Amino acid sequence: MSAEPLLRVHGLCAGYGPVDVLHDVALEVRQGEIVSLIGANGAGKSSTLRCISRILAARSGSLRFAGRDLLAMPAHDVVAAGLAHVPEGRRIFPRLTVLENLEMGAYRRGDAAAIARDLHHVRELFPILRDRERQQGGTLSGGEQQMLAIGRAMMSEPRLLMMDEPSMGIAPILVTRIFDAVKRLRDQGMTILLVEQNARAALRLSDRAYVMETGRITLSGTGAELLQDRRVQEAYLGD
Amino acid sequence: MHAIAHLATLTPLAVAAALQAEPATAEAASGVLGQQIVTGLSNGMIIALIAIGYTMVYGIIELINFAHGDLCTLGAFFALMLVGALGMEAWSGVAGMAGVVLLLAGAAAFCALFNWSIDRVVYRPLRSAPKLTLLVSAIGCSFVLVNLALFWGGLPMEVFGGGVAAAAPKDFPAMVPDSSLLPDAWDSWVSAEAFLRSSPSWNDPSVWWLTWAPRVALAVLVKSRELNFTTSDLLVWCVTLPLMVALTGLVRCTRLGKAMRAVAQNPTAASLMGIDVDRVIGAAFLIGGALGGFASVIYALYNNTISFQMGYRTGMDAFTAAVLGGIGSMPGAVVGGLLIGVARAISDGYIEARWTNSVVFAILIATLVFRPSGLLGAKLRDKV
Repeated sequence: MSAEPLLRVHGLCAGYGPVDVLHDVALEVRQGEIVSLIGANGAGKSSTLRCISRILAARSGSLRFAGRDLLAMPAHDVVAAGLAHVPEGRRIFPRLTVLENLEMGAYRRGDAAAIARDLHHVRELFPILRDRERQQGGTLSGGEQQMLAIGRAMMSEPRLLMMDEPSMGIAPILVTRIFDAVKRLRDQGMTILLVEQNARAALRLSDRAYVMETGRITLSGTGAELLQDRRVQEAYLGD
Repeated sequence: MHAIAHLATLTPLAVAAALQAEPATAEAASGVLGQQIVTGLSNGMIIALIAIGYTMVYGIIELINFAHGDLCTLGAFFALMLVGALGMEAWSGVAGMAGVVLLLAGAAAFCALFNWSIDRVVYRPLRSAPKLTLLVSAIGCSFVLVNLALFWGGLPMEVFGGGVAAAAPKDFPAMVPDSSLLPDAWDSWVSAEAFLRSSPSWNDPSVWWLTWAPRVALAVLVKSRELNFTTSDLLVWCVTLPLMVALTGLVRCTRLGKAMRAVAQNPTAASLMGIDVDRVIGAAFLIGGALGGFASVIYALYNNTISFQMGYRTGMDAFTAAVLGGIGSMPGAVVGGLLIGVARAISDGYIEARWTNSVVFAILIATLVFRPSGLLGAKLRDKV
């Protein structure tokens, strides 16, 4: 039998005010996997990630990560447990410098040598960030901000990286570069949970995927299976 | 180069001669204006210190903490109570200076903890409530604090007037002598300069400005006879300037400072970084409160009278200063504070004291109408 998955979401329900947006969501991410969550706008993909990183309150269900109960910890302890979230819309700090933004990613770490090593790693992954290090985050282009958001998350030395719509609102040439970076992270052994509207690109990249519709998981399978699935093709791949 | 240096040493004498040659009336008038500016700047520094408390809290949770001015009232009452309890009126010399330090530290600690508690008890449960709810609660806190000060002023202590008239202004002992420093400064500088010149490095032509710049400054100040720069002015500057420098360093360079800026710019993202947002907000209230405590003591020592309304009025000035400088901006709060201080002094001197509050409110309204982001404020919050 395989070991316990790194992340296990079970029976997750959540909502905003009187509106329920997640109904009994269940999913798993295993060590070393890249798993994507695809679906239409408003299907609840981002809300699922927001629940996992505890910035949206769960109404019921269980969230276990690396053997720990996420629901028992406040939002600011989730990243220290090894779970980094690249939020939708990037959410970089616009009036901190690029370097300060990266430093904030390592806020909960104390080991200066390891932090310096990871900073070096991020600079290798996104050389443009090195050139812009003294600039304020808000002066970067959308694609560069996305790289900064990913780099900032990597600075927390995560065991699982959750990315929400990394290709949204970005020039096509930079989208390619971002997906290249995701591939490189995967090849380096990073475990990734990816939310993406560009279903084709996401499925090609993923070991497994879940399809979400109106707050429920409706399909799951390997990336290759779902690429061949008629319903997925009609609804999300535009065939 | 040497020629320039000699010329430079002569310049102050020329300035001094020119000042003496001026007609007496012009001299007196310029002296009055100079004095208004000195007093205005000193009061402005106190206003700036309070304005930083407003602007820090606004920058981080977008709340105009109307209770902040009244917190300073309580700081001053706490200090006066310390004076009474320890019999500090009688302290002089070194003991008096130690007393001032004790008052500053005591009021700062008191106001820091009080401000932190207000956040913990009142504002923190309302974190996700609409901003208006928070604002109304702040106004409520202000009323509570004013009445607390009124009650405090009625305590049967000699320094509070024996508990007879709670609302009456209380005398705050002049623990810092109000003697003018300028004539002494001139003499001291002349002898200091003679001493310095015995060292060869001071005669190096490249540092000639080091010797004549203070001479010109002192000559201008001393020769306008109406001008006083007193020990209490010196106290104000010696307390406020280092605090502002320290605060700037804290916000720019320390881990807490960066976390504060991160929370101000995007609390959700800050929380994703592992920052305990409530703790950082608490720290902002703690620091803002401490600055308010320092301000309350130097206000009391500078003006020698306190009342339960002092924080309300000074708080209004500070709030205007924060808006004028650009609310959320700390350098803006300092610039705004100095401008409001000088505007008040000039209005007192050249219009009439009873119009001064109207002048301040006119500045507030003009800022809100013509430049809502203030002089140094960020244009608009860039929420992605």
